[in-house]
Amino acid sequence: MTPLAGYLLVAALLFAIGLGGALIRRNAILVLIGIELMLNAANLNLIAFWRYGPHPEALTGMMFAIFSIAVAAAEAAVGLGLIISIYRHAQTTDLDRINRMKG
Amino acid sequence: MLIQEGAAAAFHPQIAGPASFAVRNLWLVPAVPIVAAGVIALLKQPRRKLSAGLAIGSLGFSMLLAFVAFAHVAAGWASGVAVRETVNFTWIQAGTASVALGWVLDPLSAVMLVMVTFVGLLIFIYSTGYMAHDENFTRFFCFLSLFAGAMLGLVISNSILLLFMCWELVGLTSYLLIGFWYHKPSAAAAAKKAFMTTRVGDVLFLLGMVWLFAQTGTLLFYNNGAGSMEGWALGGLISAHAGLGLTAAGAIGLLIFAGAVGKSGQFPLHVWLPDAMEGPTPVSALIHAATMVAAGVYLVARVYPLMQAGAAANGTTTALIVITWIGSITAVFAALIAIAQNDIKRILAYSTVSQLGYMMAGLGIGGVAVGMFHLITHAFFKSLLFLGAGSVIHGCHEEQDVRHMGGLKAYMPWTFATYAIAMLALCGFPLLFSGFWSKDAILESAKGWEISKGPYYLLVFGAVLTAFYMTRQVSYVFFGKWRGHHPAHESPRVMVLPMAILALFAVLLGLIGTPAWPWFRSFLEGHGAEANLSVFGEPAFLMLLGTSCIVVFLGIGIAWWLYGNRSPAAEEPDALEKAVPLVWAGLRDRLYVDEFYDVTVIAFYRAWARVANWLDRRVWGGIVAGVALAFRGLAHLDRLIDESWVNGGFDKGCEELSTGGGLLARMQTGRVQTYLRLLALAFVVLAAILIWSSRP
Repeated sequence: MTPLAGYLLVAALLFAIGLGGALIRRNAILVLIGIELMLNAANLNLIAFWRYGPHPEALTGMMFAIFSIAVAAAEAAVGLGLIISIYRHAQTTDLDRINRMKG
Repeated sequence: MLIQEGAAAAFHPQIAGPASFAVRNLWLVPAVPIVAAGVIALLKQPRRKLSAGLAIGSLGFSMLLAFVAFAHVAAGWASGVAVRETVNFTWIQAGTASVALGWVLDPLSAVMLVMVTFVGLLIFIYSTGYMAHDENFTRFFCFLSLFAGAMLGLVISNSILLLFMCWELVGLTSYLLIGFWYHKPSAAAAAKKAFMTTRVGDVLFLLGMVWLFAQTGTLLFYNNGAGSMEGWALGGLISAHAGLGLTAAGAIGLLIFAGAVGKSGQFPLHVWLPDAMEGPTPVSALIHAATMVAAGVYLVARVYPLMQAGAAANGTTTALIVITWIGSITAVFAALIAIAQNDIKRILAYSTVSQLGYMMAGLGIGGVAVGMFHLITHAFFKSLLFLGAGSVIHGCHEEQDVRHMGGLKAYMPWTFATYAIAMLALCGFPLLFSGFWSKDAILESAKGWEISKGPYYLLVFGAVLTAFYMTRQVSYVFFGKWRGHHPAHESPRVMVLPMAILALFAVLLGLIGTPAWPWFRSFLEGHGAEANLSVFGEPAFLMLLGTSCIVVFLGIGIAWWLYGNRSPAAEEPDALEKAVPLVWAGLRDRLYVDEFYDVTVIAFYRAWARVANWLDRRVWGGIVAGVALAFRGLAHLDRLIDESWVNGGFDKGCEELSTGGGLLARMQTGRVQTYLRLLALAFVVLAAILIWSSRP
């Protein structure tokens, strides 16, 4: 097994864990954490492909990852803000009980 | 001639060159107050200080620019150049025809700019005191600023169209300000009357403008030889005949003069001006005494080359003769009426009409300088008289009837002192006051007029009447015993100070127009002025001085003998009324001009209105009702079709849609994670298909 394949496996695992958390957990905060895990799996892929790609000296993958982390930070802030305001409104973070958009 | 005709030869005209700083920025003079008016219009009622500050600040800025422009022209004059700079531009281009606008800086506009901005600024300052308790303070300053801007635009315009637009704008602001207290029915009626009466003159003015454009092909007055007031165009106007023995120049001149008759309150269109006194007093001072009503005189002065074109050997034209006679008749006519009025502002209003008549006569006989000099001096002392009247009205608790005043010189010393100076200037009190010099210039040229001596006698008689009615007014208001109810009080400093400054100028302005040093005349006509004190010793001057003295002292003497210090009770009939009741009644009722219009023009319109009303109700109304009935029938038919066929099908369709929507809505659980799971599932399926299809 090449080192690249190892990184990709770890990333795939991380992504699966994140996806599972986001789909199964009922607590909104844990869902958010799951989403963050998926994002980080993608970051890991970016770094790995860059490092073992044809131009490891060009720093492109690192730039991608840093941008993605910055965006993720902003997204986390917005997401937490949403959750707090939803909590204030509905007095719960249980996603199954927040179903006011029901048709 | 008494006034020395040019010690030096006439100046050479200015050679066209790059526009100077003064003329390039001249447009700012009217633009700044107009912008200020726009800003004030957006302010809320309580922003009093800001709105007054904006109005005064913008006009102050205009005044500075006007002084710069004046200094530029005066510097040109001092170095022997008759400055006339223009900036012209095309406003609308339609095919080969173009509508050009522009502005002009010459001695005429420079003098007028300085006068309008200076007097205007003082009256603005006075207004902050006079209107202090009015709830519509900001609206007042908005209108006042708009007026100032429009008036300044009128003064500088080099295009007859631009002049006409500003002319109508000042007419509009005049309407708005006369009707400022629109809750008073009399004020609303006076505003309407002013607007419609001046409209009569304006229509003729418009005709004259269109004719001028058709004949000369240009709207500009001066355009390096191609303007309508310059040789080439005037030559064409003289050679074209307009019928009735008039050249086109004469006919157009008369039409434009008709506009001036309306705006400057000349007989027979003077009826609106006395009624315009319903507006606040600062408005009467600024618009209906000093500036706007003088716009007619200014217009005639501006198109003077046209009026004078094709002059006969005696130096005059039909247009100028008409102007002279109308002016002289107005001067006496209004002065007669002024004698028998009891409203303090109405007396002044008729006096304004009369003085405007003097200006017109001065223009007709003596030329631009004579008429304009009286315009400038009159602007100062007449606005001062109105401000004084405002101060009196303010001090007497909104009382306007002179019979209920009296003895105010003890209560209001400042107002009395300034009012007395202005009154003496208006009467033409010899030597000391500006009014004497400007009125004498008119009388002097009238005396030398070759056509007829009629205007001279009329104007001299008018001067006696002027002294008479002003003395009558002053003795009623300031002398004798107080006849009102509450004691009067002096006005605040912000009102007295502008009056004091105006009083100063009412005296000093005479210095620039004496026969010994006719600076004003030389400045306007473009030749040198030399001081020549020996003129005072000439028999012609002494004779004129003698006539003036006799005239003034006769007027003042008779009036003082009849009214001085008598202080009759308010209900007692007037001294003149006792002597000649019939004449008095005629004068008191304003010589029945209004009544005459009532039974002629207005009766005619009323009859027409009745006919139109009948036509409207019976004929046109019947047709409209018939059409309406037909459409109602159609509408009933439509409704029947709608209800029986269309509605049924539509309702069924709607029901189906509604059930379908209900079924689809069940898919929306509202749970985020359900959506996510479906998304994930779809993703997995998609991935499986992709892998499956791309296997080797």
